[in-house]
Amino acid sequence: MNLRRDVFQAIADPTRRAILLLVATQAMTAGAIASNFDTARPTVSKHLQILTECELLKHEQNGREISYIANAKKMKEVADFIEPFRQMWDDRFNKLEAIMKNYKK
Amino acid sequence: MELKTKIDAEDGKQELIITREFDLPLELLFKAYVEPEIVAQWMGTKVLKLESKKHGSYQFETSDANGNVVFRANGVIPEFIPEQKITRTFEMENTPFAVQLEFLEFEKLTESTSKLTMQIVYKSVALRDQMLKLPFAQGLNMAHNRLQDAVKNLNYNNDKAK
Repeated sequence: MNLRRDVFQAIADPTRRAILLLVATQAMTAGAIASNFDTARPTVSKHLQILTECELLKHEQNGREISYIANAKKMKEVADFIEPFRQMWDDRFNKLEAIMKNYKK
Repeated sequence: MELKTKIDAEDGKQELIITREFDLPLELLFKAYVEPEIVAQWMGTKVLKLESKKHGSYQFETSDANGNVVFRANGVIPEFIPEQKITRTFEMENTPFAVQLEFLEFEKLTESTSKLTMQIVYKSVALRDQMLKLPFAQGLNMAHNRLQDAVKNLNYNNDKAK
């Protein structure tokens, strides 16, 4: 539960969401990621650290360089957050529909 | 199978849009939002007050099986156009969540079908995301077993904390 909350805080930040988009399909080094932002490099490093801690990013060691790539499995889990909410509304609306159908008669 | 209820929560926006098509004429769909005793049935909550008119207000209260109030919500209705539109605020009492603004639009599709579009605007993107994550925070879905259990556990833990 705590981990999940962290994941949600992680993607609440626009810079972190932009980072996830950048590395969604390709691995990039911290330097290459940082060059896409006006933000100071240490700030970007901090974002990378947070994303890595909640397992939204994986890092790969290539010789001396570390590159980052989005963790597809975890991203899927985040997308699923919406499902219980959708289910709740669907249940309510199904009930509404059933009640009103009887009302017609 | 296509999902009947759709949620569109665009990334980075502080709103979400819920759409649903009903196998009901517009008139009956709208009625389900206006008549207090019908609202009580499908929302699974007690309707303490519901003034379905411009500048009206409402108040809902939900109790657990033992009669303890677990949830109370209220709001005002700045806009009310029969069989077209309801604009209302929604506030959960005794929670840290800020008031949200809801725009409900009712549309006739055919003589026997209709569509509801509900746009919910939150105070911030973070708050919207938090609300998405905590559907049972609204506490209105007592009919849903899985979520009902979640609420029960919350109560149990609260009791233990006392």
